[in-house]
Amino acid sequence: MTFLRAVSAITWKDVRAELRTKEILSSVIVFALLCVIIFNFAFELRVPDMKMVAPGIVWVAISFAGTLGLNRAFAIEQDRGSLAGLLLAPIDRSAIYFGKLLSNLLFMLIVEAIMLPLVMIFFNLSLLTGPHLLVIFLGTFGFAAVGTLFSAMAVNTRAREVLLPILLFPVLVPVLVSGVNMTGGLLDGKTLADVASGLQVTVFYDLLFTIVAYLTFDYVVEE
Amino acid sequence: MAQATETLRVPPAAARQNMGPADTALAALTVIAGALVLAAIVMALRVAPDAAGLTPDETAAQRIIYLHVPSAWLSLLAYGVTMIASILYLRSSQRKWDEVALSSAEIGLTFTVATLASGSIWARPAWNTWWTWDPRLTTYTIVFLLYVSYFMLRGAMEDPARRARFAAVYGIFAFLSVPITFFSIRWWRTIHPVLFDAKNFGLSSGMAPVFFFGLAAFTVFYVVLLWHRIRLEQAIDEVEALKEMGGY
Amino acid sequence: MSSRPQGSGAGLEDPRTEPAAAPAGEQGGSTMIEIRRLAKSFGSKMALRGVDLDVLTGESVVILGPNGAGKTTLIRILSGLSKATAGTAIIGGLDLARHAEGVRRYLGVVTHAPLLYDNLTGEENLRFFARLYDLRRPAQRIVDLLEQVGLSRRRQDLVRTYSRGMVQRLAIARALLHDPPVLLLDEPDTGLDPQAAEMLHSMLVRLGGSAATIVSGAGDRISVGRTIVTVTHNLEHGLAIADRVAILVNGRIKYHAGVRGLAASDLRHLYDECCGLAQRDGRTGA
Repeated sequence: MTFLRAVSAITWKDVRAELRTKEILSSVIVFALLCVIIFNFAFELRVPDMKMVAPGIVWVAISFAGTLGLNRAFAIEQDRGSLAGLLLAPIDRSAIYFGKLLSNLLFMLIVEAIMLPLVMIFFNLSLLTGPHLLVIFLGTFGFAAVGTLFSAMAVNTRAREVLLPILLFPVLVPVLVSGVNMTGGLLDGKTLADVASGLQVTVFYDLLFTIVAYLTFDYVVEE
Repeated sequence: MAQATETLRVPPAAARQNMGPADTALAALTVIAGALVLAAIVMALRVAPDAAGLTPDETAAQRIIYLHVPSAWLSLLAYGVTMIASILYLRSSQRKWDEVALSSAEIGLTFTVATLASGSIWARPAWNTWWTWDPRLTTYTIVFLLYVSYFMLRGAMEDPARRARFAAVYGIFAFLSVPITFFSIRWWRTIHPVLFDAKNFGLSSGMAPVFFFGLAAFTVFYVVLLWHRIRLEQAIDEVEALKEMGGY
Repeated sequence: MSSRPQGSGAGLEDPRTEPAAAPAGEQGGSTMIEIRRLAKSFGSKMALRGVDLDVLTGESVVILGPNGAGKTTLIRILSGLSKATAGTAIIGGLDLARHAEGVRRYLGVVTHAPLLYDNLTGEENLRFFARLYDLRRPAQRIVDLLEQVGLSRRRQDLVRTYSRGMVQRLAIARALLHDPPVLLLDEPDTGLDPQAAEMLHSMLVRLGGSAATIVSGAGDRISVGRTIVTVTHNLEHGLAIADRVAILVNGRIKYHAGVRGLAASDLRHLYDECCGLAQRDGRTGA
């Protein structure tokens, strides 16, 4: 029980601190919107039906914005040395991982909650159905699971923010590929059952890498 | 005043000049590997029978298969070795496993570039294009990117112990992601069929021995390269230790 | 997990299986911190080259040394932030290498980085850490601590608005939340103006005589003198709060003795000597 208590304490601490200033959330939301708008300009005149590129736009925007958010989340801990405060506490170190995973996931979902309705309006699409939300949630979870661990590493390197996408994107390919294709499939009128393989891949990915991250987080934060 | 170091054992300079048994073995193996690879190349170019039903250009190009496929398999083997060495490093914190992981990844990356280049050279006469986004090739490109990232991570860290640990963690994630990437892309392919089919790769009975000989030769070659590279890494460590002792 | 004791207090569990440490307030008796041949290398650079140090329960040891001597490395290893490459450290009967989480329960740590969250109030910071340290009656404890460090009036303000001196005081409050029997302080006066440094110093002097409550293996709650290890550059301040002084140079302890009868000028002389020697040694890598 102390494990869960530590996890929730860390998650709520992150949420409370962020809600105070909203510095990460606001910049990430604005960035996500800019992404979507820029992609709109990039494709608009050459693509017959924007529905074709909408899934890609959504997932790219999520990836870029997510990376930005992840970077800032851990950078803040690092700069003020507060990660050490967590490491000094008599808690299981992996509680730190799960606490951060949940707060990162929560922030990404908030950003998506604002971004998706706007995508729907811009492209005149329906993206808020149950299946869509499930697909986006599963993909976001995988992103947060691996991203939280990698950002803990990236923040300790010379290149910092630049290194996170370099490390993250190749490993994230299954999530992105499945995400784009499931979202696209759903937009084309398929049912959740039709895209079941994609769901399987994503769920498997989420489980596997959360476990691997849990097992390796200790090695990343120790000095 | 010269003093023995506390934790790093640096062998006295004199002993390194003579060839110990390990050095002799490596030298011998190097020569053998060289001979085997040479033989494999000759067999690929001269001994193997022509593939059936191809234009003259394609027939010549098809012989790349004897280089291309072993290269690909060895690169994946090398990355697998890196993952295992990474796990062993995390559990034991022994520098030698990090050396194995790093060396194997470097060799793997070299083989990866060789695979991509040879594949592209083959594709031109065979399919009239330098590139195609079929699942295997796409996955393989991601593999290439993964290990470039591995080295970028290593390059961005200074403390050797932390660098080894981070690289080990990344090495594990990277290798585990490869099969999943392949499946996700292949699933995509079934709902969006690709114009080019996967390379047809049936080996006729005449080709098989040449192919497997080549594979064996390359595997020996990999082992030799790995051994040399690990020794190089150890030498680098010794130099660092000596520099520290000398106060640089 | 052993069951919690009844009644109020920090609710600190004592995972030791040996009998309790020395009785209330008395120094001498058992050793709280035992360090043997502790070494740490970063690649080929050796930060600690075999440190041996014993700190008795209730004792206050001050570690002095020039920059780069390894003082911060030593504190980081003892607090569990870093792992030694060789040697052992036993704190409160627990081996640091094997029972790291248990040891952390004993420790209160103050470093030059505040380890606090700017966007939370002083009170919220303490409440957060109280949850992590699993305190049973956090509210009262927090009120008391804020009073002790003189931050009661500013407790609803964001830490971002605190002066450096206030931040360090809050950091001390944080370190004391769970009433740890061992306090590790790494140059707590860094970045403080002389006035704030004086205030901090008098707080540390008060801490020096304080006692912590722990639960013995048998389940009773006893009071033990707080063991304090302080790293500082300030020889005068250090001398004022120490029972014993150690001088760490180039990863090794060059001097180590009680301060009874030691004047500040003597200490400075000793310190300069140790550092001077080190400069010669540095060339040959000793």
